[in-house]
Amino acid sequence: MQSRIERSVNTCVFTLRDETLHVLPSGGLWWPDQQSLIVADLHLGKSKRIARRGGGLLPPYEGLDTLFRLDADITATGAARVVCLGDSFDDDAAQRALGSAEQELLSRLQKQCDWVWVTGNHDPGVGGLSGTVLSDMRLGSLTLRHIAEAGTDGELSGHYHPKARLTLRGKTISRPCCLVDQSRAILPAYGTYTGGLDWRDKAFNGLFEAQAMAILTGQRPCRVPYRGGEISASSHV
Amino acid sequence: MNGFVMSQLPDSFARWFASRGWSIHPHQQQMLDRADAPALLLIAPTGGGKTLAGFLPSLVDLADGTHQGMHTLYVSPLKALAADIRRNLTAPVTEMGLPIRIEDRTGDTSYTQKRRQRADPPHILLTTPESLALMLSYEDAPRIFAGLKRIAVDEIHALAESKRGDQLMLALSRLQSLVPGLRRVGLSATVEDPDAIAGFLARHPDPCPVLYADPGPEPDISMLIAAAPPPWAGGGGRYAIPEVLEQVRQHRTTLIFHNTRAQAEIFFHELWLQNEDALPIGIHHGSLSREQRAKTEAAMVAGQLRAIVCTGSLDLGIDWGDVDLVIQVGAPKNVKRLVQRIGRANHRYNAPSKALLVPANRFEVVECVAALEAVKARDLDGDPRGPGPRDVLCQHLLICAASAPFDADSLYTEVTTAGPYRALSRADFDACLDFVATGGYALRAYDRWQRLVERDGLWQLRDPRSATRIRQNIGTIMDTDLLKVRMRGRGGTPLGEIEEGFAATLSPGDTFLIGGQIVRYEGLREMVVEVSRRADKPPKIATFMGTKFATSTQLSHRILRMFQQDDWPELPPATRDWLHLQRRASKLPEPDRLLVESFPWIGRHHTCIYGFAGRNAMQTLGLLVTARMEAGGLDPLGFVATDYATLIWGLEPVAEPGALFAGDNLRETFETWLSGNAVMKRTFKQAAVITGLIERQTQGQRKSGKQATFSSDILYDTLLKYDPDHLLMDITREEALKGLVDFGRIEEMLARTSGRIDHVITDRPTPLAAPLFLEAGRIPVEGAATDRLLADEAERLMSGTGLEMSAEDQRRWRVPF
Repeated sequence: MQSRIERSVNTCVFTLRDETLHVLPSGGLWWPDQQSLIVADLHLGKSKRIARRGGGLLPPYEGLDTLFRLDADITATGAARVVCLGDSFDDDAAQRALGSAEQELLSRLQKQCDWVWVTGNHDPGVGGLSGTVLSDMRLGSLTLRHIAEAGTDGELSGHYHPKARLTLRGKTISRPCCLVDQSRAILPAYGTYTGGLDWRDKAFNGLFEAQAMAILTGQRPCRVPYRGGEISASSHV
Repeated sequence: MNGFVMSQLPDSFARWFASRGWSIHPHQQQMLDRADAPALLLIAPTGGGKTLAGFLPSLVDLADGTHQGMHTLYVSPLKALAADIRRNLTAPVTEMGLPIRIEDRTGDTSYTQKRRQRADPPHILLTTPESLALMLSYEDAPRIFAGLKRIAVDEIHALAESKRGDQLMLALSRLQSLVPGLRRVGLSATVEDPDAIAGFLARHPDPCPVLYADPGPEPDISMLIAAAPPPWAGGGGRYAIPEVLEQVRQHRTTLIFHNTRAQAEIFFHELWLQNEDALPIGIHHGSLSREQRAKTEAAMVAGQLRAIVCTGSLDLGIDWGDVDLVIQVGAPKNVKRLVQRIGRANHRYNAPSKALLVPANRFEVVECVAALEAVKARDLDGDPRGPGPRDVLCQHLLICAASAPFDADSLYTEVTTAGPYRALSRADFDACLDFVATGGYALRAYDRWQRLVERDGLWQLRDPRSATRIRQNIGTIMDTDLLKVRMRGRGGTPLGEIEEGFAATLSPGDTFLIGGQIVRYEGLREMVVEVSRRADKPPKIATFMGTKFATSTQLSHRILRMFQQDDWPELPPATRDWLHLQRRASKLPEPDRLLVESFPWIGRHHTCIYGFAGRNAMQTLGLLVTARMEAGGLDPLGFVATDYATLIWGLEPVAEPGALFAGDNLRETFETWLSGNAVMKRTFKQAAVITGLIERQTQGQRKSGKQATFSSDILYDTLLKYDPDHLLMDITREEALKGLVDFGRIEEMLARTSGRIDHVITDRPTPLAAPLFLEAGRIPVEGAATDRLLADEAERLMSGTGLEMSAEDQRRWRVPF
C-alpha cells in the first residue's frame, strides 16, 4: 500500500514484528497499515513551566512550532489516527495553561483524526481534552507505551529522547534518532524544546540486542548500526 | 605643582621609603596630591610603581586607625593578581606598623571567609569584577559598602576591552549611588587613547583627568635575524629555534610570547628537541590546568627557569622580577599589545626593556618592520569599542533587582553615569527592562509569570527565590565548552583543557600536544578526557579556544604604505627581492585601490584579493565572495584567508571582479548568510547566558546527561522563525558583527578602495600570492554537504554489519523536497 508520503518525503523504513514503519524527517513514525502517525514527548507548555518555576523566560513559541510540525506531518501522511506516546504536556498545569493559539490549532487537528493520549511520567492524567486517554495501547501486533519495559516483544515507546552522535571526518553530527532492534523501537522526542539523551547512555543498557540500529532524523533520515547501550570507546558525548 | 597642594608624606611612610633607599616617584606624589579628585587615570609603564601609586592615598588615609568598615576596593582582572597584590601590600603595611586589614575575595575564597567579610568587611578588599557584582546583588549591599571612600581599578586598559569592564563600570555606578563620595582611580598600561579609558572610568558627566608617569627610556627592540630565512607561509617560527636558544643562553630570564596556544605548544615541543644544554624552560598558557600554571609560576618566581614559552596569559600583572628579554614569535598583529608585552621585560623603572621580534614567515618580516617603526613613532593602534553591550545591561538589571526593588527612572539615570552606557537611550534601557521582566516577546505569554514585576512604582523579583539563580549566573566570561584533560588512572594528573569540538574529533590512539608533552587519547570518562603517555604517532594539534588575533587596521595601513616605497633597504634581502619580483610580475597593493589577481594553477582558476582587512574579515570576505560566485555560476571550490589576502579557487575564471564587491546588497547577502551561521548561534548562546535567559551549565550538570536540557541553538532557530526582531536577536547580530565576523573592516576596505579595482591577469601564481598556497585552514565551499556526507557514511557503516540496506531501501533515498 502506497500512501502519498512515500512520493513526497524521504522516509526510512524498518519492520518490527512484521509491521512496516516509516521514520519521518521530523522524528514522527508513520504506520501505513494502521493509517497512524505516532509521536513521542511533545512536551507542550515547556517554556511556561520553566517560567513558573522561576527560570528564564524562553521564547514562548515552541508549542506552536511543535503543533505546526505535527499539522504538516498529518497533512503529508493523511493520517486517520494520531497517537501521542506520553509526556505530551510538560506537566498537568501546562495542559491547563495552553495558549489560545495552541488550543485552537490542537482542537482543529483533533477534529481531523482519531486521537490517543498515552500517559507519561510528566502527564500522568491527561484530562479535559478530547481524545482517548490510555496508559498503554495495543495496535496491530505492537504495544505502545511511554517507557520501554525490558523483556517485552513488539513495543513502541518514547521517554528517553535518544540522540545519536557521530564524528565524520572531523565533523560531529548530532541528531535525535529512533533506536530499533527486533523487539522494540524507542522514538526520538518530537517537541521543539526537548534535549536528547546520548545513545551510549547506560539508561539504554539491556534494552537492545547487539544487532540494533539507529535511524537519524533530518531531511534524509538514515540508519547506522547501534551497539545498544554498550559503551564504545570511539564514540562519546 | 599645577595648583595642587603638595601633600606631605606621613613620617612613618617617609621613614619606610628611606629605609628601603627609595624615593617617592613623581607620579606617586601626584596621586597623593590629587587624592580628592572624583576620578583619576594613571598611565604608567610596567614597573613604574603603579600599584603603590594607586594605594598610597588609601594607606595614608587609613594610617590613623579611625576608619570604620571598608575603605578601599581594588579590582583587578585576575584572581591571581588580587592575591599577589595582597601579599605585596601586606609587607609594607606590616613593616610600617599600620592598623590596616587587607583581604582578597575571589571565586577561590572559601565560603566561611566570604561570610565573615560580609559581616565585617576589611579596610582594603581586593577583588574581581565578578565578585564585586555578586556582592552588589546581596540585600545587605548598602551595609557592606557603607563608609567606602575609594575604588582602584587595576589593568583598566585590559578591562576596557571586554564585557567584564562594562559590567564593572555598571557596578561602579551602583556603588556611587550607595556611597556618593566614592573616588575612582584607574591604573593603566600605555594605551593609544588615554582619553577613551578616562571616559570609560569617569562618573558621567564629571571629568576624569589623566596623569602620565614618565614613560621611561625607549625600548631596545629589533628583529631577530636567523641563519635560515623564514619560510614562505605558516606560523610558529620553528626555523629560528637555534637563535632563540642562543638568546635564552645569553639572558637571565626570557619570556617567549606566541599569538596562539597551539603555536606555543608546538614551539615548546620543538625547542626541547633542540635544547642540548637542557636549559630549564617552562610553558604557560590559559588552557593548562591551574596546577600546571601554578607550578610554572612558582618555578619562575624562585628563579629556576631560564625561559617561559607563553601566550597572552602572561600579558597582565604578576611581577616576574628578573625578566630581561622578551621574544615575540610571529608578527605582533597589534602595536599596542606589542608595547605592553615589551614592558614585561625589566620591571625595574628607568631601565630600557629589551625585546626581539621573530617573524614566522616572509610576509611577517614586512609586518614586523612596520610594527618596529610604529613602536618607534609611539603610534599605537586600537579600535574604539563602541557603546556598552546590552546583554551586560540586562544582567545588571537582574543584579539590581536581586539586591533591592528599584525605580526605573532613577536606575536609568544611574546607568547613564557609567562610561560605556553614557549614550544609552531611554528606549534601549526600557527594552532591556522589558526583556528581563516579561521576556519582551511579540507574543505576550508570561503575564502571570514575569521575572520582575512593578509594585508601587518599584521593579522587583516576582519570586524572591529567583535571586539565588541570578547570583549563580553572574559574570560575562564563557568557559563552558571546554573539557578537562587528565592522565589516565586513579588520581591522574590534571593537564589542562581542550575544546569539546576538538575532543570530538579524537579517536583512541590519536595523539596531541598539551603542556609540551605528546599524549595519547584513551577515552572520555565522565566528561574528562583521559590520556596516557603511550604516544607513538605524530601529534594532532590541539585547537585551543582563544581569539585569533587579526592584524590591526593601523598596522595594515602602515604595511600598504611601505609597499609604495621604491626600494626596501630596511628589509632582509630575501624579503626585499620578493617584493621587487612581485612589482615586476604584477604590482604591489596600494592603500586606496583593491588589487585582484587571477591566474590558472593545476587545472583550477584562482583569484587572489588583497584586502588587508585582517584575518577574520578576510575570511568573511571569502565566504561572501564565494557565495556570489556560486550564484553567478563560477563554481567556486574553496578559499583560504590570511591577514592580508583571500585566495579563491574554482572551475570558472573570474572575468569581472567588480561585480563581486558591488556594495549595494553586499550587506544584505551578508545578513542572510549570517543568520544561518554557526558564529551567530555561538554568539546567541553567550548573549542568552549573560542576559540570564538560560543558565550556565556547570561541569556537574553536563555529567548528568542532557536529556532535560536542550541546546540554545533551538532557541535561536525558534526566535529566528517567530520573533526575528526580538531584542536578543538584535544583540546577537550586533555582537557577531564586532567579533569573529568583523564585517566593519570589510566595509572599511570597500570605503577605502571605493570601486577602484586593479585586476591583474597572469599565467601563473604571482610572488605575493604564492605563499597562500601553503597556508593551512583551507575552507571548502559546501552546499547540502552534511546530508551527503552522512548518507555516504551511513552506507559505509551499514555495509559489513548484518543489517545491509535492501535495494528496496536504497530506492527511498530522494532529494529533499
